[in-house]
Amino acid sequence: MEKTATPVIEVENLVACYREQRVLDEVSLDVRAGEIMVVMGGSGSGKSTLLRYLLGLQRPDAGVIRIFGQDIGSLSSREWTGLRKKMGVSFQGGALFNSMNVGDNVRMPLREHTALDENTMRIMSRMKLELVNLAGYEKLMPSQLSGGMLKRAALARALVMDPALLFFDEPSAGLDPVVAADLDQLILKIRDAMKVSIVVVTHELDSAFKIADRITVLDRGRILVSGTVDEVQNSDNARVRNLLSRTSEEQPVDAKDYLRRLTEVVD
Amino acid sequence: MITDTSSSFWSRFAESVGRRFGRGVEDIGYGAALLGESLFWLFAGRWSRQPVRVQAVVNEMREIGVAAIPVLAILAFANGAMMAMQGIYTLREFGAESRVISGIATAVTREFGVLIAGIVVAGRSGSAIAARIGTMQMAQEIYALRVMGIAPVRYLVAPVVVAMLLIMPAMAVLSDLMAVVGGGVVSSMELNISMSVYLERVVASLVPGDVWQGLLKSVVFGVLIALVACSNGFNASGGAEGLGRATTRSVVLCIAAIVVADMVSTFFLIL
Repeated sequence: MEKTATPVIEVENLVACYREQRVLDEVSLDVRAGEIMVVMGGSGSGKSTLLRYLLGLQRPDAGVIRIFGQDIGSLSSREWTGLRKKMGVSFQGGALFNSMNVGDNVRMPLREHTALDENTMRIMSRMKLELVNLAGYEKLMPSQLSGGMLKRAALARALVMDPALLFFDEPSAGLDPVVAADLDQLILKIRDAMKVSIVVVTHELDSAFKIADRITVLDRGRILVSGTVDEVQNSDNARVRNLLSRTSEEQPVDAKDYLRRLTEVVD
Repeated sequence: MITDTSSSFWSRFAESVGRRFGRGVEDIGYGAALLGESLFWLFAGRWSRQPVRVQAVVNEMREIGVAAIPVLAILAFANGAMMAMQGIYTLREFGAESRVISGIATAVTREFGVLIAGIVVAGRSGSAIAARIGTMQMAQEIYALRVMGIAPVRYLVAPVVVAMLLIMPAMAVLSDLMAVVGGGVVSSMELNISMSVYLERVVASLVPGDVWQGLLKSVVFGVLIALVACSNGFNASGGAEGLGRATTRSVVLCIAAIVVADMVSTFFLIL
């Protein structure tokens, strides 16, 4: 096991560019073992981009990302595979494989990464489905599940390898408040039961304050504030306050500029 | 992109041709990379604990090959029959109708048997594979595979490539047989010869090289279909409409690729 002193994830001065635009600008943060870190921000703040980099789906333009102390930019594909067995991801839409039933979806990582026999895999997948309250849904296809069930099934799949690090992309997006609250409860339960470190990317304030140990607020690719729930709630940064109080930030309209945009000839 | 309004029609034309050409080269490069990576996983996968599963290959073979047998049999049979009809009609002018048999035998085994097989597989699997991978791409399933530590190419592309390599020659042989039988039914009626005499003459007019040509082409076609379909799937974007576009493009490019490859390989094999 890793020493508790070293952070599970360290990000140093991460820069990500999309065309000419800097989507992430010198982002640095760390996630400690066993904590729930919520990355919060509005649409276009770069939080989903940050997640993609943390998952190694894209290579940084500058900066370093270390997971379990390993610089992910320098890993061989074999080392990556080893690292990925210790990470679980619950995608926004679940991203279950539509051609397989729920049970096979959950067993998929076991099937690909272990040499366990079918019975053991069945028992392990059922244990995880029990954990997310989906016992008995094994034979259903993803298309037959409701939104909340999809996310819980995806969570069961993310948990099946007993990861040390778990990522959630917008866990409560598209769910009604009751189901969303259930899912928050489930995230807390899993952290206590499995001793995992969890990174949650969300724009939901209620959910963030409920589950977070620490919160990082991203805005336009920069970190506005990073700290405990209290620190974030008491932050005096104007944009953080706006985000928390859901104040609209409409820019005043410049009449001249507005006219120019309307009449401009674009070819 | 820089757009110059003052540019003439011709310079814009040249620019668009150049851009399309660039995109074509990019597509070919993408396909080659897919092939390279598939082969890598096929041979080195076991070593890095990511083997290409036999079960996945068998499933693909069933999907690509076995399920296509009925339609392929009918098309090949009809194609053989048509060749016999046209051949007899043309050769009758010279009073050489009976030469049609060797014509069918060589044309089918060298060319048309495998071409029909290729077109059937391209039409069925070229769209199905692109649609499957495209859907997975849009539903983040490809991301899910990657974060689980399962290389998408190893899991999705390599089995298709291997299945194509194994099943396409078999499909070509089946297609050859059905086309020869189709030609035989017409020939035996028109030329008043028995089926067994017809078959004897077919065998007599063939050399192993004819069949080898067809088999070699079938392997090339199979790999082309696999790569074109998979790369169209991976590059699909833009929702349901984009998926439709990707599958259509996949089928059209698959068929174009095999016909062009056929011409090129025939050129090198015959001359």
